Amino acid sequence: MTRTAAPAPTGTDDPALDVEGLCVDLSTPLGTVRAVDGVSFSVRRGRTLALLGESGCGKSMTALSVVGLLDPAARVTGGAVRVRGSDTLRLSPAERRKLAGPVLSIVFQDALTALNPVQPVGRQIGEAFRIHRGLSRREAREKAIELMTRVGIPEPRERARSYPHQFSGGMRQRLLIAMAVALDPDVLIADEPTTALDVTVQAQIMRLLRDIQNERDMALVLITHDLAVVAQRADDVVIMYAGTVVEKGPVRDVFSAPRHPYTQGLLDSVPEHAVRGRPLPAVPGSPPELSAVPPGCAFQDRCPLVRERCVRERPVLRPAGEGRTTACHFAEELTHA
Amino acid sequence: MSEGITMPGEEHSAGLGSGAEAAATVAGAEAAAPGSGTEAAAPASGAGAAARASETEAAARASRTEAADRASGAGAADPALAPGTEAAPNPRDARTSRWWRMLGRDRAAAVGAVILGLVALVALFGPLVIGDRAQRQDLDASLRPPSLSEGVYGLLGTDVLGRSVLARLVEAAATTLSVAVPAVLCSLAVGSALGLWAGYHGGRRESLAMRVADVILSFPSLLIAVVVLYVFSPSALNIVLILAVTRIPVYLRTARAEAAELRSRLFVDAARTFGTPSRKIIYWHILPIALPTLLTVATLDFCFVMLTESSLSFLGIGIQPPEVSWGLMVAQGRQYLQTAWWITVLPGLAIVLTTVSATVLAAWARIATDPAQRWRLTLPTKRRGASAAVPPELIP
Amino acid sequence: MFPFLRKRIVSSAIPLVFVVLGVFFLARLTGNPVDLYLPLSATPEQRAEFSADQGFDLSIPAQLWNYLVDAAHLDFGTSLRTGESAGGMVLDAFPVTLQLAGVTMLLAVTGAVLVGSLAAYRPNSLVDRVASLLSMTAASIPDFWFAIMGVLVFGVGLGLLPTSGTLGGPEIWILPVATLLIRPFGVLVQVVRGSMVTALSAPYVKIARSKGAAPRRVIFGHALRNAVTPVLTVAGDLTVGLVNGAVIVETIFGWPGIGKLMIDSILQRDFAVLQAAVLLTAVTIFALNILVDVCHALTDPRVRQAVPA
Repeated sequence: MTRTAAPAPTGTDDPALDVEGLCVDLSTPLGTVRAVDGVSFSVRRGRTLALLGESGCGKSMTALSVVGLLDPAARVTGGAVRVRGSDTLRLSPAERRKLAGPVLSIVFQDALTALNPVQPVGRQIGEAFRIHRGLSRREAREKAIELMTRVGIPEPRERARSYPHQFSGGMRQRLLIAMAVALDPDVLIADEPTTALDVTVQAQIMRLLRDIQNERDMALVLITHDLAVVAQRADDVVIMYAGTVVEKGPVRDVFSAPRHPYTQGLLDSVPEHAVRGRPLPAVPGSPPELSAVPPGCAFQDRCPLVRERCVRERPVLRPAGEGRTTACHFAEELTHA
Repeated sequence: MSEGITMPGEEHSAGLGSGAEAAATVAGAEAAAPGSGTEAAAPASGAGAAARASETEAAARASRTEAADRASGAGAADPALAPGTEAAPNPRDARTSRWWRMLGRDRAAAVGAVILGLVALVALFGPLVIGDRAQRQDLDASLRPPSLSEGVYGLLGTDVLGRSVLARLVEAAATTLSVAVPAVLCSLAVGSALGLWAGYHGGRRESLAMRVADVILSFPSLLIAVVVLYVFSPSALNIVLILAVTRIPVYLRTARAEAAELRSRLFVDAARTFGTPSRKIIYWHILPIALPTLLTVATLDFCFVMLTESSLSFLGIGIQPPEVSWGLMVAQGRQYLQTAWWITVLPGLAIVLTTVSATVLAAWARIATDPAQRWRLTLPTKRRGASAAVPPELIP
Repeated sequence: MFPFLRKRIVSSAIPLVFVVLGVFFLARLTGNPVDLYLPLSATPEQRAEFSADQGFDLSIPAQLWNYLVDAAHLDFGTSLRTGESAGGMVLDAFPVTLQLAGVTMLLAVTGAVLVGSLAAYRPNSLVDRVASLLSMTAASIPDFWFAIMGVLVFGVGLGLLPTSGTLGGPEIWILPVATLLIRPFGVLVQVVRGSMVTALSAPYVKIARSKGAAPRRVIFGHALRNAVTPVLTVAGDLTVGLVNGAVIVETIFGWPGIGKLMIDSILQRDFAVLQAAVLLTAVTIFALNILVDVCHALTDPRVRQAVPA
């Protein structure tokens, strides 16, 4: 909370979070598959980066690897996650725990299961202060009540003693946000923070996230499959497909002139762009199984531009305009389309 | 009927690829659908399971991964066979071989299965081989220790009446299993049927069934057996009945929970919409999904029943001489403990070997039939450490 | 909390009523209850006298009434074997079993929570696999055989521990408690492990870890209290099952507890004592179920606040 007075100047080249070449392998019943393959992105303080993709594309896995909460079946096999100058993937568990909370923090999708059902919410929100600042139970409680006030819980002093099941879905999401921002993290990762909520509440929660981000100058990584949320809220977007990044760049540019057929397909499927009387265009087919990503381009089976080179050669991310990259051999054709 | 019912489930599984094959595995459809030689039956129960989205995705992945395995293994890298098209030649073969392969990967479970198989074989055919050797007395050969020089029947020594311990072990295996297996099957059948019925219908029928289960369960099974066997005489049939009755609640509770959860699923609603009678819905749509769980419980319960029978026989109110069971053998050998340890130790070991095998196998089956946990069986041992939990990508 | 408890007390009392009535009718259903009470060699005169004395010639409702009144006064008749009051004999034997069961469950629960949590923290690790295999074995060993092996090895072979009896120092407890312990311990380790694996993979545990909580805080502060519900339920059931074990253990080690009393009264056909022992056990189990429910309510706020249906 002390940091709000002196926001770090936005525009410095020092990213708050820098992910480079992240690879995650996943053990499945019959063999290991690569769930995240060479994902790189970075985000500065005060900026919002969206990770966009269909479910199963590896965006949640990426988020969990960044905060070090991967499950045992999954394992980071390469890359770096840099915050405050150190690579968290190479830290000991104890050193990593020191970063969890004050530097990196995460908000989950389902707030009911993300809150401990048998602890009063006040204790859960205050826990971070007890772990990292060594505050007493009472002091932590006061901090928790402050935070609950900030995220808009009515009668926070009384409600601090209540249990999660006594709150509504929206209120629970607010509690979760309070918990995540308790120690003013440099980077806040929000994994589909509004998916489980109804539309009006979604808007409130997104507004709350934005306000808190602005007042604390956090870097926000927003994981979502919702194009509208990305368009309204993010500065930059990383589009993922089958574990890889297919396109990356400032949201405005990417959405106005996509440089990857997958992005193009996603944008075409938004109802606003639809023509009355015609079926809503959708990307045909479904993503490949991670165990059976074809050699060459992962998107080849669904791509309207596919040709022989796509089957043979996997496209790598390459620059495609100012601050943008794409992983398509024929991105230029889209530009002129 | 199945044509129409297939639809909702398949819609669910459309994005997952092979709904039918993967889900049929979850449902254990082969056991539940005796007449499923036709194509219609399999997709019907398959569609049912497909609606259990959380479990099916993992299963679907598993089966497709396997399809890929097969394709590449056969050297047929034909893109037409690539996942998504799913041209598995015979789903049932694939399913069976997958089970065997998963069993092979867990060494403890494989050993358990082999031991149980052996015990079953001995119990079935052993008595034919040994004839009356289990009862033949030879007072000259009383309390001979195990030795290699006394022929096959002297291998494990003799008891106080000079009877071959090996022969008695074989005969006791038959007795013990002929009590435990019928008891387990009875309680499995009755408990499951009542539980599915109660869970599917809910309401008063459900609470009545649960009350009955509570009453039986809230009393020590050995004590019920003891009292009943005091009043009636301890015969093998009475023991089977008593054991079956005391174990019914276990299946009743499990089956009820499964049915209660499944009754609100889309595919059940669909079947109801088409006017399928509830008995058929339970049989075709709910039983196949609940069956793997129930069979796992039965495997585990087999131990319990066996232990109870042994305890009763040991206490002198179970199997009565001249019949012989492993528990009874322990009791008979007890007074010669200091001079002839083998009479007591060996039948006890036989019990332990059988029950531990069943427990290990049940533990394996519990994981193997749960697609959300099946990945555990695939981790290479050296990496099995890490921390806790199930991968989020496997449980959407 | 009170509406919840009231509801649970009522529903726990139902089995109790069933047992009380069951014992009564079981004895009458099988023909002449005199057969159950008297030795098989009793003369017709003895039978008639006994029958009139006990009121077995009255109508069934009248008999039931007498039975209930007597039961309420803890009057279960006299033992044919010793001539003492059956109720008195049972009450004398009761504390022995209670102590044995209490010590056992205390050790079983504490041990299982520690071992099970340790195994669950790293699923499939070496610790986990060893713990799983050991606990499965423990849960599947016949207790009578385990006791005999204990006697054979530690009593007869090594001469370290007494083979039976209740006279002596703390060492007399070791074999009986160990015998009684193995099954509940084995089962509980698996239950604790299972529910801890579930709890540890829950999102709230991830959130706790994302706050920088150390393993100890994650396990004991967050996961354990969520995992405790199934553990409590199973521990309750296992305590009920301890009566099974007590029969065996007390028989083998010659402890004058309620288990031995029951098996003796069966083998010597002493129905009055058996009936008293069964009814007292039923009451104890009733009390135990209430205790388990109170523990549920204490550990889970959702149970406390649940509106009874």
